[in-house]
Amino acid sequence: MNSLILQTTTRLLQPLLLMFSVFLLLFGHNAPGGGFSGGLMAASAFALHTIAFDVAAAREALRVTPRQLIYIGLSMAVFSGMISLTMGKPFMTSIWAAIPLGQFGKLDVGTPLLFDLGVYSAVCGVTLLIVFSLAED
Amino acid sequence: MLLAVAAGFILAVVAPFLAGWLRGWTGWLLAIYPAAVFAYLLTEMPQVAEGEAIRQSFAWAPSVGLNLSFRLDGLSQILALLISGIGTLVVIYTGGYLGGHQYAGRFYAFLLTFMASMLGVVFSDNLLLMFLFWELTGFTSYMLIGFESEKADARKAALQALLVTGSGGLILLAGVLMLGSLGGSFEISELLTRRDIIQQNPRAPWVLVLLLLGAFTKSAQFPFHFWLPNAMAAPTPASAYLHSSTMVKAGIYLMARIHVLFAGTDTWLYVVTTAGAITMVAGAYLAIRETYFKRLLAYTTMSVLGLITMLLGMGNSKYAVEAAMTFLVAHALYKAALFLVAGAVDHETGQRDIKNLGGLAKSMPLVAIAAGLSALSMAGVMGTFGFMAKELLFEAALHSTWYLVLTIAALVAGSLMVTVAALVGWQPFFGPRQEVLEHAHNGPLSLWLGPLVLSIFGLTVGIAPWILDGNVIAPAVSAVIGEPAKFHLALWHGFNLALLLDIVALAGGLALFFFITPIRDTLQRWDLSGRYGPTKWYEGALHGLNVVAAGQTRFLQNGYLRLYLLTIVLTTVILVGGVMLFSKALPPEIFTISDLQIHEVGLALIILVAAGMAVHASNRLSAIAALGVVGYGVGILYVMFGAPDLAITQFVIETLTVILFVLVFYRLEAYTPLSSTATRFRDLVISASAGALMTVLVLLAGEGQWFPTIAEYYNENSVPLAHGHNIVNVILVDFRGIDTMGEITVLAIAGLGVYALLNLRPEDREDKT
Repeated sequence: MNSLILQTTTRLLQPLLLMFSVFLLLFGHNAPGGGFSGGLMAASAFALHTIAFDVAAAREALRVTPRQLIYIGLSMAVFSGMISLTMGKPFMTSIWAAIPLGQFGKLDVGTPLLFDLGVYSAVCGVTLLIVFSLAED
Repeated sequence: MLLAVAAGFILAVVAPFLAGWLRGWTGWLLAIYPAAVFAYLLTEMPQVAEGEAIRQSFAWAPSVGLNLSFRLDGLSQILALLISGIGTLVVIYTGGYLGGHQYAGRFYAFLLTFMASMLGVVFSDNLLLMFLFWELTGFTSYMLIGFESEKADARKAALQALLVTGSGGLILLAGVLMLGSLGGSFEISELLTRRDIIQQNPRAPWVLVLLLLGAFTKSAQFPFHFWLPNAMAAPTPASAYLHSSTMVKAGIYLMARIHVLFAGTDTWLYVVTTAGAITMVAGAYLAIRETYFKRLLAYTTMSVLGLITMLLGMGNSKYAVEAAMTFLVAHALYKAALFLVAGAVDHETGQRDIKNLGGLAKSMPLVAIAAGLSALSMAGVMGTFGFMAKELLFEAALHSTWYLVLTIAALVAGSLMVTVAALVGWQPFFGPRQEVLEHAHNGPLSLWLGPLVLSIFGLTVGIAPWILDGNVIAPAVSAVIGEPAKFHLALWHGFNLALLLDIVALAGGLALFFFITPIRDTLQRWDLSGRYGPTKWYEGALHGLNVVAAGQTRFLQNGYLRLYLLTIVLTTVILVGGVMLFSKALPPEIFTISDLQIHEVGLALIILVAAGMAVHASNRLSAIAALGVVGYGVGILYVMFGAPDLAITQFVIETLTVILFVLVFYRLEAYTPLSSTATRFRDLVISASAGALMTVLVLLAGEGQWFPTIAEYYNENSVPLAHGHNIVNVILVDFRGIDTMGEITVLAIAGLGVYALLNLRPEDREDKT
């Protein structure tokens, strides 16, 4: 498709969509959202790019291949579960640490965040793998 | 122990890279690992000899009874010493045997994975953990047998081994789970103290049979033995290591491990002793009609495995267990050496058939010495380790319940083994010289070091049995029978019946050796085992499976998506709806509607109209758009009823689905209705009934409360335990994280499947992503 309007809008919308997907991922633990919907949102940003320009352009914008995203996501999920093993706790026990932020209180960071990041990456990778495969040839 | 096992797996991962980098030195370097394990075992030896068990335990998944528990007692020690000791020599040998092979790195990786898993099997103090390692050894065995994957024979043999030991593994899993539930624990050390509790249960014999079937398939007992000779398609280091000295002993190990629990029961006596005795004689019989060097050795391995099994089956007799443990070590030493000899001969001459071998002693003196010494031990000639083992065997057979039958069986197998020993240890090296073998020589140090060390060690034990008896064999015997045992190996027991039997076996075997050619020809002409043996049963079963699979695939997987849908929907409607109607589980109050708001009705109407439009649309694009409206409507429903997470996901999914549909349909031809009115009516009825069924199910689910709700738990613990206010997400990534892990894995596999279907068509095989 070669529509100037769509292409211009995409340039504006895509960063917003991606930011929103990261927002969903990060806020997912306390508010609606999470790695799954965040990953889908990120994928839809690139799907929009595919429609506005073409697959090659979307691939270029993505920089990594969808398959790499899948591998990274799965390994990250497994890795996040193994951190607890080094502390002598069963596989996938979540480990939390609080990072003090001075006057802003503290920030809780834990292995589930890493796990959710893995879900995000895997979901996004799978969706894009299918979208790109269908849009190609 | 955890370190010993884990280090092997880690090394296995880096081995391929090391092999590319170190080339010829890889074997020597990697051998440090098993050597270190061996050294560790030696340091623990005094403590184990005292009868103490060393135990380590780490939690893995305690909620299902799975722990990383390891235990080193006499029985684990004897096998771990074999695994690490022979492992060291085999890894070094691999360097010489596969030197420069394109995939040598891969071979090391599988060999080390196997080594670590096998150590895991014997160290595990948790039944589930042991099963895990057990299956890993089967998997690595599959990869090693099929290592030369370009050969059809190797692939077939690998698959056969995997199917036989894999099905045995599944049966074993059933046995393990049942044993765990009878004994109330999966920790082996706890189970071993609960013989009475387990024996009182009427299901105990069934548990035993399941466990034994697992052990028999692994240890190549009749009638599951046929995979072992075929497994000789593996490169020789793997045959020497997995298929003679270690992996096939896993079944023996399991039987020895549960000896305390089941020995002396009728089932144990009948099943184990009979299977063992048949295997012993059948293996020896099959061996003498074989001429291919490694297969010949494989059949004698089978025979000895049967022999050890038979000894374990004889029940509480102390002689039997002593003989079994002694044979275990003696056999591992001489048989691994002989396999390595066979590999060295093959490597240097390219000959694998013993009929073509002879007079190699001049050109390969060191290998010949190793072969000769091992053969002497195998034959049980006075002064060797094998002699002591054999004498103990006859002693045990004479003291057993069915002494007449078992003694004769032992005598037959014993003499045939002498014949085979002469065939493999004498003829190729000291027999008439063959012309084709002029250029043979010893080969590099790595090729003759292994067999020579093993055979000389065997000889040393023969002269100085005190090296092994108190430190290694006695602790193993006490671990098997569950009470402290004193045991001394001796070269000379005086003139007794056992000695006489040994001499008879020697003489009989040698006599047979001189007439081997005509006897072998006759046996090969009859070919009893080929015509009626278990290989035929296996092939028949496999063929039957394929026929059934092909038939039902043609019937069910007919390639029409609409028929698949029809089958799935109809099956659900008939089964679930049928149960519902017959059980009359439909309280009328679920159909009453209350508190209906006007906007809810409006939304429902929109969804209905959109669904109707999707069905009646005249082109695909409007049908997709209408479906999109349905999806968004459902999403709004989620918002109304307080499920914002679901709603977000639903909205994104709907958007993406529309995009995917457009991408696909864009390429299709124009939309033309092809179905007849009758078909459309049939589809209407089916989909309407499916819809009705789902409606009723949803109403039912909202009505009753069959199980105590877990929602409260999540509500209370979400913030204190998991630091999150969004319960849905906390459940996804924390409370039930392992489910999510499974889901994203399935998702990834499905994605790759779609990718493969779309991109890997035969006409264009280029990789795009």
